[in-house]
Amino acid sequence: MAGAASALFLLDIKGRVLVWRDYRGDVTSVQAERFFTKLIEKEGDPLDPVAYDNGVTYMFIQHNNVYLMTASRQNCNAASLLLFLHRVVDVFKHYFEELEEESLRDNFVVVYELLDEMMDFGYPQYTEAKILSEFIKTDAYRMEVTQRPPMAVTNAVSWRSEGINYKKNEVFLDVVESVNILVNSNGQIVRSDVVGALKMRAYLSGMPECKLGLNDRMLLEAQGRTTKGKAIDLDDIKFHQCVRLARFENDRTISFIPPDGAFDLMTYRLGTQVKPLIWVEAQVERHSRSRMEIVVKARSQFKERSTATNVEIELPVATDATNPNVRTSMGSSTYAPEKDALIWKIKSFPGGKEYMLRAEFTLPSITAEESVPERKAPIRVKFEIPYFTVSGIQVRYLKIIEKSGYQALPWVRYITMAGEYELRLV
Amino acid sequence: MSGHDSKYFSTTKKGEIPELKEELNSQYKDKRKDAVKKVIAAMTVGKDVSSLFTDVVNCMQTENLELKKLVYLYLINYAKSQPDLAILAVNTFVKDSQDPNPLIRALAVRTMGCIRVDKITEYLCDPLQRCLKDDDPYVRKTAAICVAKLYDINAELVEDRGFLDALKDLISDNNPMVVANAVAALAEIQESSSKPIFEITSHTLSKLLTALNECTEWGQVFILDALSKYKAADAREAENIVERVTPRLQHANCAVVLSAVKMILQQMELITSTDVVRNLCKKMAPPLVTLLSAEPEIQYVALRNINLIVQKRPTILAHEIKVFFCKYNDPIYVKMEKLEIMIKLASDRNIDQVLLEFKEYATEVDVDFVRKAVRAIGRCAIKLERAAERCISVLLELIKIKVNYVVQEAIIVIKDIFRRYPNTYESIIATLCESLDTLDEPEAKASMIWIIGEYAERIDNADELLESFLESFPEEPPQVQLQLLTATVKLFLKKPTEGPQQMIQVVLNNATVETDNPDLRDRAYIYWRLLSTDPEAAKDVVLAEKPVISDDSNQLDPSLLDELLSNIATLSSVYHKLPEAFVTRVKTTQKTEEEEYPDAGEQSYSDSPARVAESGASPPASTANPQHPAARQPAAPAALPDLLDLGMDNSGSAIVPVDQPATPADPPLPIVLPASSGQGLQISAQLIRRDGQVFYSMMFENNSQVPLDGFMIQFNKNTFGLAAGGQLQVPQLLPGTSASTLLPMVLFQNISPGPANTLLQVAIKNNQQPVWYFNDKIYFHVLFTEDGRMERSTFLETWKSLPDSNEVSRDFPASVINSVETTLDHLAASNMFFIAKRKHANQEVLYLSAKSPRGIPFLIELTAVIGTPGVKCAIKTPSPEMAPLFFEAVETLLKS
Repeated sequence: MAGAASALFLLDIKGRVLVWRDYRGDVTSVQAERFFTKLIEKEGDPLDPVAYDNGVTYMFIQHNNVYLMTASRQNCNAASLLLFLHRVVDVFKHYFEELEEESLRDNFVVVYELLDEMMDFGYPQYTEAKILSEFIKTDAYRMEVTQRPPMAVTNAVSWRSEGINYKKNEVFLDVVESVNILVNSNGQIVRSDVVGALKMRAYLSGMPECKLGLNDRMLLEAQGRTTKGKAIDLDDIKFHQCVRLARFENDRTISFIPPDGAFDLMTYRLGTQVKPLIWVEAQVERHSRSRMEIVVKARSQFKERSTATNVEIELPVATDATNPNVRTSMGSSTYAPEKDALIWKIKSFPGGKEYMLRAEFTLPSITAEESVPERKAPIRVKFEIPYFTVSGIQVRYLKIIEKSGYQALPWVRYITMAGEYELRLV
Repeated sequence: MSGHDSKYFSTTKKGEIPELKEELNSQYKDKRKDAVKKVIAAMTVGKDVSSLFTDVVNCMQTENLELKKLVYLYLINYAKSQPDLAILAVNTFVKDSQDPNPLIRALAVRTMGCIRVDKITEYLCDPLQRCLKDDDPYVRKTAAICVAKLYDINAELVEDRGFLDALKDLISDNNPMVVANAVAALAEIQESSSKPIFEITSHTLSKLLTALNECTEWGQVFILDALSKYKAADAREAENIVERVTPRLQHANCAVVLSAVKMILQQMELITSTDVVRNLCKKMAPPLVTLLSAEPEIQYVALRNINLIVQKRPTILAHEIKVFFCKYNDPIYVKMEKLEIMIKLASDRNIDQVLLEFKEYATEVDVDFVRKAVRAIGRCAIKLERAAERCISVLLELIKIKVNYVVQEAIIVIKDIFRRYPNTYESIIATLCESLDTLDEPEAKASMIWIIGEYAERIDNADELLESFLESFPEEPPQVQLQLLTATVKLFLKKPTEGPQQMIQVVLNNATVETDNPDLRDRAYIYWRLLSTDPEAAKDVVLAEKPVISDDSNQLDPSLLDELLSNIATLSSVYHKLPEAFVTRVKTTQKTEEEEYPDAGEQSYSDSPARVAESGASPPASTANPQHPAARQPAAPAALPDLLDLGMDNSGSAIVPVDQPATPADPPLPIVLPASSGQGLQISAQLIRRDGQVFYSMMFENNSQVPLDGFMIQFNKNTFGLAAGGQLQVPQLLPGTSASTLLPMVLFQNISPGPANTLLQVAIKNNQQPVWYFNDKIYFHVLFTEDGRMERSTFLETWKSLPDSNEVSRDFPASVINSVETTLDHLAASNMFFIAKRKHANQEVLYLSAKSPRGIPFLIELTAVIGTPGVKCAIKTPSPEMAPLFFEAVETLLKS
């Protein structure tokens, strides 16, 4: 089962090597060409992220105009290596703000240093950007004194260094819920779920012990409290590595020493059926061969005291449609031919309202002889509803205990957003 | 925090190297540092800066960590090309490994381990020994991995210096990261060693489970992967382990989750309580579903794994089919995998919803996806009897859309549905016939023709429909021709009227006289003979009842499935292949190639006469094998091993037995390392036997730009322990020249454990290039000894004395014996000796004997009808485990 990457390549969009690091001496830079040949062989169709060629497995991801790719000759852990590549992106982004061809070229010395530290002999080692930047620095921050590895690199608490100090100790906690929904052309909800994230920004001194309390039914029941309908069931919870998983398994307590700065403390999923918060119905009529009309109704299906903001409804139209003539009862619309879509924006959409859009397009009068299926994009909706969560999750408390005994203030915000929100057209 | 390093790339003037040389020797620190950066920049873009070796190494002794790292990086790249100069760096390395700064100590060992030059390796041992016991965990964790590096270069050295014990001690280290790296290193070493090095006892188990809670996410993956090999003693221990691993399912890192799932599934095998198992299944479902919210690349890996998991434990995700519905923006590789899982999870309960989805997908634009969706509908029809009718009506709706490839795909699956449910849905044939003239793909055409032939009596104008195809008969692809032939015969047998009679004349003529395709011709002649001698018999054969096909959506063999499940999260689970099939750098293999599962996607249209009538309706082709990696090196072309080398080499030792027919020309040696992978070096090689001795006959061709010299060879452990019996004698190879050599081989030197297989892994190195690795194949018959002849009486006695369980047989349907004499001569040349023969009905039965090294006898019985394909080979031997290899050898010999 053991297996490691032989080399890591950073390639530009044309497949040229920007930087590569050989970890095991059993592949050469020729692998970059081989990989790229495979990549373009597929013409348009994306290559599977795990591809095999002549004894070598290539795993890759793309970020901006850069391919990150590992070549390997062993039966390595595919999940781990692909995830590692994503973490490499995160680390580079932390260092260079954006990861792209230019930033790699401009920083190739640091890139080599990081590749040396993050992976050894093809085994992922360490990917905490914040801690790495304590001992691998870019030119601007480099000092002549030699550094030591921060304790955190090998500590059990590998994500936080000691000796952090803030004048004002604060924690911001954003509860962000994304609603994913798929409605089929019959108007039935085929799939819906809510993916939530507790995004934390911790500005705390020292090594703070934190304990988070949620209105989690299982926890409340375990503590013998009555739940009175306020408690919620979370299907699957995933924690940042700082959370003590064994403890959670034992008594559902979420306890941790947070990393410094921003991170996702936990994500969760709710598989229960959700009523679509914004319902969109579209009727497409072809009045003649050359004229098409769309009538769209959008309805907000949440309580009146909440308001959705930045609502954006993307309506697919035929590729060859021209001359849009649009009227809306609220908001504005723009035609985006590059997306083959009409985009209807409504800045503020209070609960319990219904708005209309009517659009007319001209179509070419000549059509192809053979019937080719048209691209059937769904209607896609984006929105945000502040101060509201679908799940009803509540942060009951966030206790912060540090040995210096300071008081820290937690700030909590709730927001619901559209995730993959798709309604298929009839 | 942006840098400006790109300026270092822009020095492409003439005289760059001398200029750099001068700057490297500058008295100013900053100038030297800039120069080294320029050198690294040049190296990065692929320029050869190896000539600056001495000057760069001179900058190594510096207080500046950044500069030091760059010089180290340079060394990793160029030490191999300047092995003599690399020694210059040793002093600094050794000094650095004792530096007060742990970063530098670790850097020194880490880098030394990456430099695969003997002179450096020698000096690595002492620093490594110290660093393994270093006070700083950062140094220890680096040293742990370094032991694996050293083992890869020189395993003996690691064993001799006691590093393995030191590494095992690190499992009890108080630092979790050190423990994790020690586990990774040990697991890797174990993989390449035949000795038990890393055995997980219940004691280490509990230590590692504790470390699991504290180490980094990557370390958790190392530990879980290593622990998944642990076999719990009983159900109770298994339950305890699972209990300690389940919290990992909550980890944000998908790799940790998948490895935890792997370990839980492994332990579940032992757990007997159904309650516990049910509970675990319930616990695993949500994390598996959540994996589908990860990045698309991870989703792909997760889906390939879920595909395996639902085959083993369908209940886990039985209620979660909706999460596999495709999203509009999913990459195509994710959509394809989701579809595959939807078919597996489809049931009577959810089929209506699933069909709605498939129908939706079938109207999308991506042709491959649409086809797969249509096929999925067919597969559901075959899998779920009660839903078949609904599936068919969806297919008919799709046909009505009249999109060409949808129609064709639908017809292909409908043919399979007819085979699954005979005499049920034929009423739709009329609708199908409407699309007849739009078919242009061979498989769709063949399917339609099969349907017409099969139901000729129900289709009024079947003759007209078939006739429309006949005109273009000679131009049709073979699979359509075969179907046309069979369908016409069926038509004639069902409606023996004038029209069909004329048609059959035309077809038989086209398929015999006018064709070069032997399959078609053979089938046509069989029909011809049948029809002309006994039309009733023809009916019995051609119109025979067909076996009903079944659902193939769970197509993996259970034992293979178990193996793959023990490899969850790894490439093996992504490819659905065992590691041996694609790993090119392991030192031992555990499986024989025979255990490879047959590729369900390939269905021959003509393999034996018995199937002739039926071949049009092959089972639905499996769609579950997208882009499997080429399983292994293509087998070397079969050749007469003994005769290979005439005139090929100049060693003068060739002794050719006079009683053997001479080959007109030597077949070239199979290429084992093509020039494209060997940076211009091409190697052809094959094992041969000559004068009672095994040789590795090799030819080296230098197509690169530089002379190559200092060739050395090494063989990995293999079933027969084949190893070099002397030095590899290859002179310096100038560009464009080649040289051949015969390397004497010895047996039983480094035997790999595990089941017998034919894999021979070879490493070749020279002074100019990296080490090349390639796989060759051991042909067992090369090893048969000259003293394998047996007396008849001994043969009989031995045969009787061996238990029946030692008898193994196999059919070679494609092999032919045309002449007993030639075959016997041929076999004798490979030391398979004739003992007796007898006749049984029209079959010849030949008895032969052979002896493999160490005197293991093989008693052989070959049964065949002379001149007709199909040879049966039965053998009896004290070592039946060698039978697969033996059969392979016999088959090869019979072919040549």
